[in-house]
Amino acid sequence: MNLAYRDIKHNLLRFVLTNFGLSLLLGIVIVITGVYGGLIDDALRQARAANADLWVVQAGTNGPFAESSRIPGDTRELVARVYGVERAGAVTYQSIQTELNGKPLRLFLIGFEHDRPGGPRKLLAGRDIVRSHYEMIVDRSAGLALGQEVPLGTHGHKFTVVGLMRNELTSSGDPVGYITLHDAQELQFELSPAAERREVSRGGPVQSNDQINAVITKVSPYVPLNEVATTLSRWKHLKTLTQENQENLLSKEVIEKSRKQQLMIMVLLIIVSAVIIALIVYTLTMDKVRSIATLKFVGAPDRTIVGLIVQQALSMGIFGYFIGLTLVLIFKPYFPRRLVLDFESIAVVFVITVVICLAASTLGIRLALKIDPAEALASSG
Amino acid sequence: MAEPVKPATVRVERLSKYFGAGTARVNALVDINMDVYPGQVVGLMGPSGSGKTTLLNCIACILQPSSGRITLDGETVYDDRWLKADLRRLRLDKIGFIFQYPNLLPFLDATDNVAVVLQLAGLSSAAALARAVELLDYLEVGHRRHAMPAQLSGGEGQRVAIARALANRPRIILADEPTAPLDSQRARIVMDLLRRIAVEQDAAIICVTHDEMILDRFDHIFRLRDGRLEISPVPKVSSQSIEARPSP
Repeated sequence: MNLAYRDIKHNLLRFVLTNFGLSLLLGIVIVITGVYGGLIDDALRQARAANADLWVVQAGTNGPFAESSRIPGDTRELVARVYGVERAGAVTYQSIQTELNGKPLRLFLIGFEHDRPGGPRKLLAGRDIVRSHYEMIVDRSAGLALGQEVPLGTHGHKFTVVGLMRNELTSSGDPVGYITLHDAQELQFELSPAAERREVSRGGPVQSNDQINAVITKVSPYVPLNEVATTLSRWKHLKTLTQENQENLLSKEVIEKSRKQQLMIMVLLIIVSAVIIALIVYTLTMDKVRSIATLKFVGAPDRTIVGLIVQQALSMGIFGYFIGLTLVLIFKPYFPRRLVLDFESIAVVFVITVVICLAASTLGIRLALKIDPAEALASSG
Repeated sequence: MAEPVKPATVRVERLSKYFGAGTARVNALVDINMDVYPGQVVGLMGPSGSGKTTLLNCIACILQPSSGRITLDGETVYDDRWLKADLRRLRLDKIGFIFQYPNLLPFLDATDNVAVVLQLAGLSSAAALARAVELLDYLEVGHRRHAMPAQLSGGEGQRVAIARALANRPRIILADEPTAPLDSQRARIVMDLLRRIAVEQDAAIICVTHDEMILDRFDHIFRLRDGRLEISPVPKVSSQSIEARPSP
């Protein structure tokens, strides 16, 4: 006879309500885990989307994500001629804010060369960019529809959305958009008409728009990566980073503060959950003092009493976990940030929940083991 | 009444229990000697604070005496120290306890309240349930076997509690004012039931009571006053007058 199950069945409403509260708490732990996973994934996604072997950036910088990097537009042609380089593509990266239907719209724009490394990965809907100007592929989280026009840049050119992607976000949660390199250079380096007139009137140098942030390089599988990197490093005005260097910069340095913040929130939530579960288990045990005293009086061994408390604590934790997980999965698409919940992180939260329940039940067990069987004789109905 | 020839099921010798020390010391029980034989129902009476419950707790191995000896069913369990390591197992196997209030587990129905004790003793679930139903029928509450404790009347609840106390066929039944919450008619029914059980199961029953109306149901009455025991005369009642029937 499972006493824990019988007690839960007898007080089903109390169990359901307690579990609902607990599931919300554990749901928040799962959400934070997802936000943490999303933060790292989004940060790495930009670098991984380029599918590069080597990144050629401005000398003395860790660009283009950790620091700004600006190199001449013809660098791609120089790099492409190096022995071992199979393909090379020039790219620009920039954050941009525009206004659409009276609401601000933030985008992280990537300028790329058609049919060269650095372009978008899989499209969810629509087509690739085929025109040389004013077409855009954007992540669906931007809320834009195919065919919709978005004014961008100082000249207010309207870009038409021709393709949609999924899960292409920056570590700050901004949707990623792809435009042609030429458009991106205009957006990034072209002055507004007023500013341009001011430059001309003061006799300043005419600024070239042909600048890029990095060259993405694919190396031939028949040539060692290090050999190509060493050759590229001979140019003193450039710096070469491997894909691994780039990912390390993004995950360990660029988002380090955010990562620690998320981790701290997660640890605090776990501690709060443990305290709340311990209090619930303790209260449930307090409610059963007389029953436990009676069980002891009639000869129930300690393992029966401990089993009753541990099983109830575990039932609460496990039910709460799965209800919390279900709620998170249902409401995941409506969450303002991308949640990445892989099996490993979900399993880790589950194990933590079980450990919390076991640890929290020690308070109840301590109380139960201290209950004097003679309390069963106390004269109350 | 002639002294039974069988050895005492409950033997208490020179039992003392005190609480506190020095000037604050309270002598709850002083040099108690008491024998209860198989088939006997004895009453334990006395004013509040006289030590009745303390004595019952000592015999139930709930409370450790300060000195003396307790022998239960031929086995010395206390001789100036506990001799048994597993007192809960002893209670499970040898002692049935009937509380003043039924003290049923509120989350189990009547059948499970009886079956749980049997399962704790090692019976399989099916066997425990079968015996529980048999006991409830024997105590004429079989029709309420699926009722939860809150749905039982006082008398029904007390019968279920008695069924639980009888579940493991204990040699000793201790009852702490089992008739207190009942009216006089139901109190007599419960006492007759206990007498019948004592006869049919050859069990020794010690019953703490304040109820003067049921004194004629006891074979002996022990009166406690300031922790000391006196034997009182008992209104005559014959064990033979109780109709015996096969116990389950």
